[in-house]
Amino acid sequence: MLDRIAAVMVKEVRQLARDRLTFGMIVGIPLMQMLLFGYAINFDLRGLRAAVVDEAGTSLSRAWIADLEASGVVEFLPPSPGVDDLRRRIDAGEVSVGVFVPPDFERRVLDRTRAPAQLLVDGGEPMVDVVARSLASVPLPRRDGAYGRPVPTLEVRTEYNPERRTAVQIVPALIGVILNMTMVIFTAAAIVRERERGNLELLITTPVRSGELMAGKLLPYVFIGLLQTSLVLAVGSLLFDVPVNGSLLDLYLAALLFIAATLTLGLVISTLARTQFQAFQLAFFTMLPSILLSGFMFPFDGMPPAAQWIAQVLPLTHFVELARGIVLRGAPLADLGGPAAKLVVFLVIALAIATLRFRKRLD
Amino acid sequence: MNDVPAIVARGLTRRFGALTAVDHVDLSVPRAGIYGFLGPNGSGKSTTLRMLCGLLEPSDGDVEVLGYRMPGEAESLRRKLGYMTQRFSLWDDLTVEENLEFLARIHGLRAAERRARIGELEAEYDLAPLASQRAGTMSGGQRQRLALAAATLHRPELLLLDEPTSAVDPQSRRDFWESLFRLAVAGTTILVSTHYMDEAERCHRLAILAEGRLVAEGAPRQLMRDIAAAVVELEADDVVAARAALQGDGAILSVAQLGTRLHALLSLDTPEPAARVRARLAAAGVAAEVHAVPASLEDVFVAATGFGSLSSSAHAAH
Ligand SMILES: Nc1ncnc2c1ncn2[C@@H]1O[C@H](COP(=O)(O)OP(=O)(O)OP(=O)(O)O)[C@@H](O)[C@H]1O
Ligand SMILES: [Mg+2]
Repeated sequence: MLDRIAAVMVKEVRQLARDRLTFGMIVGIPLMQMLLFGYAINFDLRGLRAAVVDEAGTSLSRAWIADLEASGVVEFLPPSPGVDDLRRRIDAGEVSVGVFVPPDFERRVLDRTRAPAQLLVDGGEPMVDVVARSLASVPLPRRDGAYGRPVPTLEVRTEYNPERRTAVQIVPALIGVILNMTMVIFTAAAIVRERERGNLELLITTPVRSGELMAGKLLPYVFIGLLQTSLVLAVGSLLFDVPVNGSLLDLYLAALLFIAATLTLGLVISTLARTQFQAFQLAFFTMLPSILLSGFMFPFDGMPPAAQWIAQVLPLTHFVELARGIVLRGAPLADLGGPAAKLVVFLVIALAIATLRFRKRLD
Repeated sequence: MNDVPAIVARGLTRRFGALTAVDHVDLSVPRAGIYGFLGPNGSGKSTTLRMLCGLLEPSDGDVEVLGYRMPGEAESLRRKLGYMTQRFSLWDDLTVEENLEFLARIHGLRAAERRARIGELEAEYDLAPLASQRAGTMSGGQRQRLALAAATLHRPELLLLDEPTSAVDPQSRRDFWESLFRLAVAGTTILVSTHYMDEAERCHRLAILAEGRLVAEGAPRQLMRDIAAAVVELEADDVVAARAALQGDGAILSVAQLGTRLHALLSLDTPEPAARVRARLAAAGVAAEVHAVPASLEDVFVAATGFGSLSSSAHAAH
């Protein structure tokens, strides 16, 4: 039995090594995604174009506006003469954020029931909206004198990622996204290809059992998955200084569990698809909700219950939780029993479905 | 042991939706010989072979192959069965050697045994010079030799070959059949599907399939002797006129062109078949040389498939 599994493995690795495109994708997909998410996609927007209308013109308002600019979130273009002009500039896309300081700014500061100033934001760009709102937390400048000490606003401390760098949030979860993408597509395609090319018709009539066939085909991808994990970690640490706060062993164990889950998902897809193209389509079909709903890009808590339910079914959701826990919070795997158990449940169910559907027969 | 047939099928049927691809076929294939499946495209040859090796489940009927009931005991049959698919089904991106090596390991041959057997096969099927060539880049004849080598690697008792010689030149076909005879002499039972008459004629026994039904079965000679028609051969300068002259006679069941000659099949109760044909041609003013001849396998095929080729041959002639 082991000899037959080994035979299938050797064959699979040989074919893989000759398939330049697939082989290149094993390394290419992680590298491309790392660079994309590490450099191009930045959740931590800075230097938004802004303009101000300062109708108060007091020293307090000027000091506050200077503090806003000093935060680095906005960069002020020449001021506008009035609110109407400010609106026009936002409409025209010249600026994304407008700050309106009303003439009675100083009185409003003392009167706790009214906001001292207004922020006009281009709501069309989701990230701008979120980031600009953070301006609202810039405190009024300290000034001794008639008004006393200003009210201290809420202080936010970002734990585990004090500089709030996107790479730190992204890299651990990106391991999952990359594994999900490559493992599902490669295995589904590798199995469907044999059906498409007619190899399966021959294989079925040999003494190889379906379990041996599956094991031999999937095992090489386990190593490839671990290789990709290492690649992402290495690039993350070299280029983006992402530390691994928890145990590396725990991280690899979690990755192994996730690899097993995604390989099985690929196996299920291979039993549904007749052609490689269908396999790609199905893999893509599972990929999109995984990226959007797993908490990789958007916070899980803000989603409607239906989306949260779907997210629970996706293995990536649980791996993102595991990876962030281990890499950022330094939590031991033993403390992350919840998501780990859910991955195991997914694995068992998917394996059962695949075994039931993967028959050594043509019809 | 040897008098027990290698394959026994009763009422073997396979339906694909509304289509009955194989329709109540009864088979008894003796051991150690070459048994042919002759039939046109879509007659159910591949479907029957696939049911025999457990690839497809029969819709109806019983099959026993080497004493194993199919498809239930298919796994036990695997070691004794070699199957060569109609479409090349080895791995294009592996070399000849790697393909054989892989299958040898799947069949459980130990390393030393494997080396020896692969060497033997490469010599037998003239594959040694191609050993490190990828299968995908080989010619049709080379692939077919590789496929046969792969199918016989584990010295199976039963070989199922599905149209092994399509896309192969005549010399390669002859060589291929030489190999089959050697295997049969060594005791292998070979079931081979074909639509070449000359190949069918070399088989020890033959089953003729048409539209999923078994329409004739027996040794080729016996089939030719027992044909349910009288055969008249005619040679005419104007083949089209000769053909037209023979149309409309109820006793003339079919006229088919074989090279430059025509073969007319007449019902068995026709008293003087050659004279009758001669008379009709004379009446139409067509000069031709006419004589009664023994049936060829092609005549057997035409007779067995219901003389249906009368209209299609006529079409082909126009
Ligand atoms: N998987 C399938 N699904 C539906 N119909 C099928 C299937 N396999 C075969 N058929 C149909 O069954 C009939 C018999 O097909 P089969 O392949 O057995 O013919 P064949 O004698 O091998 O023909 P050929 O000489 O062209 O190989 C055909 O009409 C074919 O279209
Ligand atoms: Mg066929």
